Amino acid sequence: MTLETILFYALSFVSVGSALMMITRRSPVMSALYLILNFFALAGLYLTLHAQFIAVIQILVYAGAIMVLFLFVIMLLNLGDEKKLSEKMSYKKIIPAGLSFGLLMELLYIVSYAKSDLPLTHIERATEIGTVEYVGKALFTDFLFPFEVTSILLLAAIIGAVVLAKKKLD
Amino acid sequence: MNNYLTDFWQATPIVSLAIFALLTLIVDAAGKDKPVLSYWMSLIGIVVAAGFSVASLGASTPLFNTMLAQGGYSSYCNLIFLGSAFLCIVLSRNYLERLQYHRGEFYVLIILATVGMMLMAAALDLMIIFLGIELMSICLYVLAGFIRKKEKANESSLKYFLLGAFATGFLLYGIALIYGTAGTTNLALIGKSFPQLSHNSLFMIGAGMLIVAFSFKVAAVPFHMWAPDVYEGSPTTISAFMSTGAKAAAFAVFVSVFIRTFDIGGTKLSDVLAIIAAVSMIVGNVTAIAQNNLKRMLAYSSIAHAGYMLSGIAAGNIEGETGILFYLSAYVFMNIGAFGIISWMEQQDDKKLTFDDYAGLSSQHPAVAALMAIFMFSLAGIPPFAGFFGKYYVFLAAVKAGMTWLAIIGVLTSLISVYYYLRLVVLMYFRDGQASIEEKVSAPAMAAISCAALFLIVLGLYPSLVVDIAKGFFKI
Amino acid sequence: MVEIQSYLILSAITFIIGVVGVLARRNAIIVFMSIELMLNSVNLTLVAFSAYLGDTTGQMLVFFVMTVAAAEAAVGLAIVIALFRNKQTVNIDDINILKW
Repeated sequence: MTLETILFYALSFVSVGSALMMITRRSPVMSALYLILNFFALAGLYLTLHAQFIAVIQILVYAGAIMVLFLFVIMLLNLGDEKKLSEKMSYKKIIPAGLSFGLLMELLYIVSYAKSDLPLTHIERATEIGTVEYVGKALFTDFLFPFEVTSILLLAAIIGAVVLAKKKLD
Repeated sequence: MNNYLTDFWQATPIVSLAIFALLTLIVDAAGKDKPVLSYWMSLIGIVVAAGFSVASLGASTPLFNTMLAQGGYSSYCNLIFLGSAFLCIVLSRNYLERLQYHRGEFYVLIILATVGMMLMAAALDLMIIFLGIELMSICLYVLAGFIRKKEKANESSLKYFLLGAFATGFLLYGIALIYGTAGTTNLALIGKSFPQLSHNSLFMIGAGMLIVAFSFKVAAVPFHMWAPDVYEGSPTTISAFMSTGAKAAAFAVFVSVFIRTFDIGGTKLSDVLAIIAAVSMIVGNVTAIAQNNLKRMLAYSSIAHAGYMLSGIAAGNIEGETGILFYLSAYVFMNIGAFGIISWMEQQDDKKLTFDDYAGLSSQHPAVAALMAIFMFSLAGIPPFAGFFGKYYVFLAAVKAGMTWLAIIGVLTSLISVYYYLRLVVLMYFRDGQASIEEKVSAPAMAAISCAALFLIVLGLYPSLVVDIAKGFFKI
Repeated sequence: MVEIQSYLILSAITFIIGVVGVLARRNAIIVFMSIELMLNSVNLTLVAFSAYLGDTTGQMLVFFVMTVAAAEAAVGLAIVIALFRNKQTVNIDDINILKW
């Protein structure tokens, strides 16, 4: 077992464990915190894949900005009150759980046994494509157009959020 | 290296509309409490973009490192989306003034959603499809809940948002699997290696997830649950926009991925799509009969129409492609017309939305009743209106692809649909009642709806006009 | 040497955990967080493919997914706030004017 393998299994364990904790917690605050833990584990996994830039913005944007927004809204609406949000477990939930389990088994089966379906041209992982320099160059040449589209998308989201959540409508 | 900046000058319809979205926003911010300015600015933007689209109808050139197509198929689709947006904006002004929610942001969001639709139709790369769908959807989530004091609107917006984001997850997983197995997100390159990839189980799961996500956007069974509630809760003119423009955009993507890129004829994907189409036609039409609220009835009818059009995609041949484009051109105008008239009748707090409220409409407002009758006949697919030829073309495509059973289900379910469409016509003409429109319908709105009706008749009498244009695009 | 399958299996598992969260939970905010989990597990798939293909497109797509997720979070939470102002709840089962 190399260090890399150990690291991968440790991070996977944290990632799956925190995901399970996230969907089973009663309190939304706890869920959000476990989700942040999951994002940190993912950032670690990105590093094992040599995607440094993505790993950094995973923490800055996802764990930092998006999840703080979540926590902020949860606190703002004061959703910590567990009684108000108590959820009933019912037989109805068996059906989605069964469906999801089936889908999972199918995916696992195919991924594990369909080795020939996977791209194995590079047995070794590429190490240079995740650097800031490389990503930046690609972003402003080949991917210039989608990059510009995201600016429009963010503008739409800003307008939308203001329209819906502004305190007073004149 | 190419200079991609010059490509911005060539992608005229999309870029000009995006610029007008910004201008609409600026005008809204500058002119205090004068949303009328944004109204006019957005209409000008649509006309300009439509002009650029018409100018580029002929050739089709790839731009931005083959990420975006300019002209041809995408220009034709642009005209459909712009028509839908234009009618929606014209109808919205009175509607929103009546509900005291007339605000400039509304028009900005409609224009931005239209930009998203145009991106979807012009995309040559899965990345652009993803961004286009998201741009359109984010605007629609907000528009659905625009009347934010209304509980129903909040709920419909939340429901649309949660289910839409859920579908996005599947869309993305599908894109990821396709990228991993094909090694690229470029549609042309994927299309080239499709014959080998179609034996790759991971790729097929990816394609299946795309079907799930797109079916959600077109509201096909079993991914349709959101449609009736969202259409009912949203502002009526936005329901019109969602059921026409957004649906047309989703079909444009469906066609460009599943017919123009993948050659799905005879593969498992085609069978899956045929089943989805059949179930949508049956469930949509049968459930529509039981509805008493007109907005819900039209929602289920739009599910059924998604089924008719999907049978063209399941066929996967050129006839299917042209058939869908014809169908979309007709469907957009008949559905928006029907929703438009409903928006005139509607009163505060969702009153006057049931069938019975239309009893005897013809005696009070003969013109409005006649227009509604045209839209209903066209939706039912009765000749000589355009709806008939739409169905004819897609069912013909299905028969040519060896799916006669699908065409038979289509014809039988269309017969069922005649019942609920004509029920409204019978109520308007042969039943006594005090149906009336409380406030006067504005002249531009009346003119817009009349033009839509006229277009349906012209298209029904000379279907070859559109078919010839549409056929021109598929020689590529 | 960790093979690509390991990454794909891990991301499939977390994706399905997200799906279960969406289908089983009734709190709108937790449902939304489960959707974020789904998007993140797809990101892992994309980065893994990108690394093993030696191709940068996957990482670019992850970048755009993050942007979209941020935009969706802003709009989604605004919708939740608008609903909460009217109904004082974010539980999906209480949203019963329109049948879920």
